[in-house]
Amino acid sequence: MADENKKFDLKIITPDRMFYEGCAEMVEFNTTEGEIGIYKNHIPMTVIIKPGILSITEGEEVKHAALHSGFVEILQDKVTILAEVIEWPDEIDEKRAEAALDRAQERIRNKDPKTDMARAETALLRAMARINVLK
Amino acid sequence: MASMRDIKRRKGSIQSTQQITKAMKLVSTVKLQRSKQHAMDARGYFSYMYRTVQSMLAKAGTIKHPYITPQESGKKAVIMITGNRGLAGGYNSNVIKLITRGNLKKEDLIIYTLGSKGREAMARYGYELAEDYSQMIDEPEYVDAMRLSANLLNAFKKGEIGEIYLAYTHFKNTVVHEPVLMKLLPVEASSEKESFAENMAVESGDKTGVADDVPMNFEPQEQEALDLIIPKYVTSLIYGGMVESVASENGARMQAMDSATSNAEELVGKLTLQYNRARQGSITQELTEIIAGANAIS
Repeated sequence: MADENKKFDLKIITPDRMFYEGCAEMVEFNTTEGEIGIYKNHIPMTVIIKPGILSITEGEEVKHAALHSGFVEILQDKVTILAEVIEWPDEIDEKRAEAALDRAQERIRNKDPKTDMARAETALLRAMARINVLK
Repeated sequence: MASMRDIKRRKGSIQSTQQITKAMKLVSTVKLQRSKQHAMDARGYFSYMYRTVQSMLAKAGTIKHPYITPQESGKKAVIMITGNRGLAGGYNSNVIKLITRGNLKKEDLIIYTLGSKGREAMARYGYELAEDYSQMIDEPEYVDAMRLSANLLNAFKKGEIGEIYLAYTHFKNTVVHEPVLMKLLPVEASSEKESFAENMAVESGDKTGVADDVPMNFEPQEQEALDLIIPKYVTSLIYGGMVESVASENGARMQAMDSATSNAEELVGKLTLQYNRARQGSITQELTEIIAGANAIS
């Protein structure tokens, strides 16, 4: 099923390591403009990441990770994700993520003028991404 | 001539110093391995970050954006990365000299220090100091760099500072480390002052290699994208400066301790010779005295 012609190079780089390097058929993630999926021969584009699930489809196998911030450079046969924060599911602490989710929801519900709403929202999205990727 | 006991005592003290420098050398060799690996792992990220921002600037050359156009405020922030500890050869003083002897005017500067050695020196020279971030440099983490860059960008947005510089030590290889002063904001297309849009396009065209002929699209539009990407760019450069500096510090310390150890060895050799000479001299003298005494009796 996996046709080599449909594959493109995918690199995920974080400040500490090469997170992922390989060939993928499709990659999906969440951006500031909404969720997008990328196949080979996409038009060249640079997009900014919003916290969400990253799915990499390599033939039959689909890999998931929680991607929190960074940006993506898309070229026709090559996609590079510069991720500031990204985690494989086995690196996530579920209890901590759930606690963070509760905290963020609490802060948004209280509508305290002192809290930074944008930050609380990002924290909420981040915690949700972590929990969703574990499911 | 110094007495035998004096020489022996001096030799002992040098030998114990040598043991310390030897141990420090071993420790910094191990640390160097780790921090070097760290710096190498991080490089891929910056070179990509740098190239992407350069290619964005090539496109956005004509766009007016606070992160690109020079600011009114004359104050300049310098992030200065040194070590928390000395005994590393010229490592700390090279970075300090970079600022004190550079082209930047002392009155215009606000120094953000990472590393207490740099902070002490700048305080002594009477520079204006901002908060201290020295604890970050022991174990550089990306979140630390994020915090520092958020603080700086806040000050930048408020107009408290008009330019941001980074002074760090570039780790070329184990023996060569170069102190570098780099302008972070406003972003320039290259290290030179190439403010013309067409120059920028040519300049970054060579370096990108990817976006040469493919027109790059941005989503959201350039203006907004710059808003989001530039902070990441600043963060990544600060983090890069941190890991590079840590690697350089360990390299510099290893070298300094290596030469200290070999100097000690040389000195011990000389003292051993002196000691043996003094010992032989005293034996000869004793013999002469005994023979003279025996002769006097008979």
